[in-house]
Amino acid sequence: MVSSATAVAYTETPATSGAISVRNVRRVFVNASGEETVALERVNLEIQPGEMVSLLGPSGCGKSTLMRIIAGLDQPGEGEVVLDGVPITGPHHERGLVFQDPTLFSWLTVKGNVSFGLKARGIKEIAREVDDYIRLVGLEGFQNAYPHQLSGGMAQRVALARALVNHPKVLLLDEPLGALDAFTRMQMQDEILRIWEDRGTTMVFVTHDVDEAIYMSDRIIVMTPRPGKIQEIIEVRLSRPRARNHPDFFLIRSKILEILHFAGEIRENYYL
Amino acid sequence: MAFNVAEQETGAGLAGSAYPAAATEPAGQAARALSGRFETGRKVLIRFLPVLAAAGTLSVHLYVPNEQTFAINEEYRKVLAVLLALNVVFFGVSLVPSKLKDWLGENAPLVAAALSLLAIWDLITLKLGLLPLPYFPGPDKVLGALLEDWKLIGTSAFYSLRLLFTGYLFGAAAGLVTGTLMGWSKRWHYWVSPVMKGIGPVPATAWIPLAMVIFPTSFQASSFLVALAVWFPVTVMTGSGIANVRNAFFEVARTLGANERYLIFRVAIPAAFPTIFVGLFMGLGASFLVLIVAEMIGVKAGLGWYISWVQGWAEYAKVYACLGVIALIFSSVIALLFKFRDRALVWQKGLIKW
Repeated sequence: MVSSATAVAYTETPATSGAISVRNVRRVFVNASGEETVALERVNLEIQPGEMVSLLGPSGCGKSTLMRIIAGLDQPGEGEVVLDGVPITGPHHERGLVFQDPTLFSWLTVKGNVSFGLKARGIKEIAREVDDYIRLVGLEGFQNAYPHQLSGGMAQRVALARALVNHPKVLLLDEPLGALDAFTRMQMQDEILRIWEDRGTTMVFVTHDVDEAIYMSDRIIVMTPRPGKIQEIIEVRLSRPRARNHPDFFLIRSKILEILHFAGEIRENYYL
Repeated sequence: MAFNVAEQETGAGLAGSAYPAAATEPAGQAARALSGRFETGRKVLIRFLPVLAAAGTLSVHLYVPNEQTFAINEEYRKVLAVLLALNVVFFGVSLVPSKLKDWLGENAPLVAAALSLLAIWDLITLKLGLLPLPYFPGPDKVLGALLEDWKLIGTSAFYSLRLLFTGYLFGAAAGLVTGTLMGWSKRWHYWVSPVMKGIGPVPATAWIPLAMVIFPTSFQASSFLVALAVWFPVTVMTGSGIANVRNAFFEVARTLGANERYLIFRVAIPAAFPTIFVGLFMGLGASFLVLIVAEMIGVKAGLGWYISWVQGWAEYAKVYACLGVIALIFSSVIALLFKFRDRALVWQKGLIKW
């Protein structure tokens, strides 16, 4: 991909900001007939500033709920989430969010989408910054395109630029690459890593792709459903850039699959 | 553009001999060349149709003896002659590739049909007297009425348009406000929707007696009625459009730092605009209806008033002339609304064309 990252004038986020601590968070959903589902059961988690953390688990394990609580779009019934010492009470531009569906504003061009956050916050003099971020995600030349004219990968890049232009302390990615084809997906993983390394932003991302979690994260929070809770936290001590076919990669992979009971049993010996 | 047309014609020629076996033989090639020429000939003939139709219509008017014995308006034959001349010129120009040629290639059959309809009208009225007078005058008399009374019709059109725009602007603005409030806030929805559900379905024309009493001038009364007719569909469509905007848009916007005002004006309304437009369109249709009826009943000006006035004198030619003017004006107003829509909705694909 085009690596024009150096062109962006960053206001460096100091490595000390972007620390998230999830304290005793419990979230219960009650459906129409009064049945309760425990989406999160007493979750505790400390995320370091500048860390890349993934929430991994099968559907129903509460990973998206936890993400929405950190974003401020959902409130925990009990417990609290604290960012740099300040409890989170609602959405804020210091916590950027990218969904699986890019959710681009269809009535705005690429440029309009990227500049949305700055305009909403009443910031003038945005033209250069917006151009910089469009370049950062490799979409120069598409400034005036409308969302329906973009491919899935391009749309997700716009969503990324739209969140990043606000200089968030934390970037929350809710299955950001889930809808992309395998190759675009791997390409985008590298792009996100590149931006992460450049900016030092704390990134938390939800995924149910084991390989993606290992390839990208410093730590993998493995979650299990009914009730949603953290099963185990795995530190990925592989040097970066990582090789998807390294033997250690497979070791971590099989460990995670065992935790999730998806490893399967070896009934006979396989020969290549 | 010109290049495209040339390509199209060659394309049509090739398509005429889509059989691979035939295409390889010399005889096949000859056939292809022939069919190519034939295709072109057919297209030229289609573009020539309006000339034939205009000539036919003019001859019918000039040479078929009249059954109705009233004085014949001399202007009509002049207009037909001008139409014939114009069509001859257009056809001549269209021999060379141009925008006009494309347009004519597309619309020549329609133009020809319209001209033929004039001839049929002429035949069943003036020429054969199949329809009773004074209710069904010939085209020459309608033209004569228009030429005779164009000043009064023009003034009436001005009054109608003034009333239409006043009423429409107020009604649409009010509808946008109430619709947005209803779509955005549960409390407003609670209080406004019973009012809307009760009053909305009552045809605005039913309020005419009341409006005439309440408002000091008939212009204000009828503006109110037009506004009321526009308000209802605009409110309903704006409300439902805004209530149905995807929640994810608001969530993303809030994480980007948007406050409530920004959410309403920069997310909810633009996102709902395709639905809002349907309301604006429906409101425009309703406003035409109310406008004409209000003018026929209470207001002493405007096209509706003109129609009922000349009807009182049994001058049906003038009624038809006025109907033609109404059709022209109202369809132009709708075209204007769609132009506005196209500009506002460039981001949407697959728009309905007007």
